[in-house]
Amino acid sequence: MLLEVRGLNSHYGRIHALKSVDLSVGEGELVALVGANGAGKTTLLRTLSGVQPATGGTIRFEGVDITGMPAHRRVAEGILQVPEGRQLFGPQSVEDNLRLGAYRRGGDPDADLERMYALFPVLKDKRRQPAGTLSGGQQQMVAIARALMARPRLLLLDEPSMGLAPLLVGEIFNAVQSLKRRGTTIFLVEQNAYAALAIADRGYVLETGEITLHDAGSALLANERVKQAYLGL
Amino acid sequence: MFAEFLQYLLSGITIGAIYALAGLGFSIIYNASHVINFAQGEFIMIGGMSAATLTAAGVPLPLAMLFGLAAAMLGGVLIAKFTIERARNASVVTLIIITIGASIFLRGLAEVVWGKEFHRLAAFSGDDPIAVMGAAVLPQSLWVLGVALVLIAATGFFFNRTLAGKAMLATSHNRLAAQLVGINVRGVVLVAFALSAALGAVGGAVVAPITFSYTEMGIMLGLKGFTAAVLGGLGNGAGAVVGGLLVGIAEALGAGYISSAYKDAIAFVIILLVLMFLPNGLFGKRGTERV
Repeated sequence: MLLEVRGLNSHYGRIHALKSVDLSVGEGELVALVGANGAGKTTLLRTLSGVQPATGGTIRFEGVDITGMPAHRRVAEGILQVPEGRQLFGPQSVEDNLRLGAYRRGGDPDADLERMYALFPVLKDKRRQPAGTLSGGQQQMVAIARALMARPRLLLLDEPSMGLAPLLVGEIFNAVQSLKRRGTTIFLVEQNAYAALAIADRGYVLETGEITLHDAGSALLANERVKQAYLGL
Repeated sequence: MFAEFLQYLLSGITIGAIYALAGLGFSIIYNASHVINFAQGEFIMIGGMSAATLTAAGVPLPLAMLFGLAAAMLGGVLIAKFTIERARNASVVTLIIITIGASIFLRGLAEVVWGKEFHRLAAFSGDDPIAVMGAAVLPQSLWVLGVALVLIAATGFFFNRTLAGKAMLATSHNRLAAQLVGINVRGVVLVAFALSAALGAVGGAVVAPITFSYTEMGIMLGLKGFTAAVLGGLGNGAGAVVGGLLVGIAEALGAGYISSAYKDAIAFVIILLVLMFLPNGLFGKRGTERV
């Protein structure tokens, strides 16, 4: 397994946000994590990327224990989080945002920059604009492209469809699927459970900090409990 | 009439260049950590004192300046490492008070090492004034302006053209995102302190032949650098440079035409006016971001 999480706990002050979470993501897999607002989905991603400390349990990446590793070194290992709400460097240009994505990698990022413009052509026209002036959907593209610039081994996507118009949601999910086809390993967190499970190999359901269900994506889509709680069927 | 005005203007620009360097130092550290580092003036003092005392002891000037630069940078990194980093969960106000403590400590240390006397540093290329349209310019003023110009240009190049500089700016725009692209945000704070200390120390060495150097020289220079940074809009490097020149010119004109007794008061009148009527400064952040 590329990512192996055992008994992971995390706290915000006295709030026990993650309670002994076990999960794994294999090389080339697209794994979805669904759950209600406040279930701890974002906390889980933040703990994986290292910006939120774990208070118990282990995170192994390619067999190496990275539980205590600072966030910037996890990026060097290939773990890239696309944070909720885009979190761009607003006043800096789109191109600078993308180049900063390759900050840890070193070398010449120009070829990757062209790949990103091929993946999201609209960004090429806007490359000199401050990233903060783009529309929500375009900003989401910058956020994903910025993470891809690092050539991630594991891409952590947090709510990529949040706040986007339905047409753009489709576009973002298409991009996620095409990344998977190219072999990128993706751990996808979504409130839009239907869309996420439909493209996922496997899925986990997180409820108040605990994993309550784990199955193949299609099986979860057919699961009565999941249907009732998350799919509104 | 005009010669007099030109004379005031030139001396204002000279001292304003030093305020600009100090203001730039304030902005760099503010951007990296949201801390206003009131030990900025002490970096200037370390630069000035090292240059004056070491050349008096026979050390060649460039070497003396280099020593002052290294000492100030070390001081800056130590402040960041042992105060800001240790107390990183404290509020920004607490951190600012810590920097005031650090500035008092550095002044005390300097008094122990160098004593309380004034030290004179010889001008770099003589004291014969150059006549410019009726006004007289000291060669040292040209040194101050030239060195400040080079340092400001180098700082601008670093932040706008190099990946490391852009990464530091990015950290100030969004700390979380900076961590997520792999920027060591704690390292950024250390580099910011070192960079600000370097700007201050070199500025202190070149201005020392004009102002004399003594352990308290940094207090006023630092506070006026702070005025410059606030006037230009905290965190805006170009603004701090413009702010520094404006404060320097206003001060020199005020001292010339009103009374030199009010020279120091002018900077503080400016800061009061800015805080009351223009809290974001001349070039402060405007809301251009979509959420």
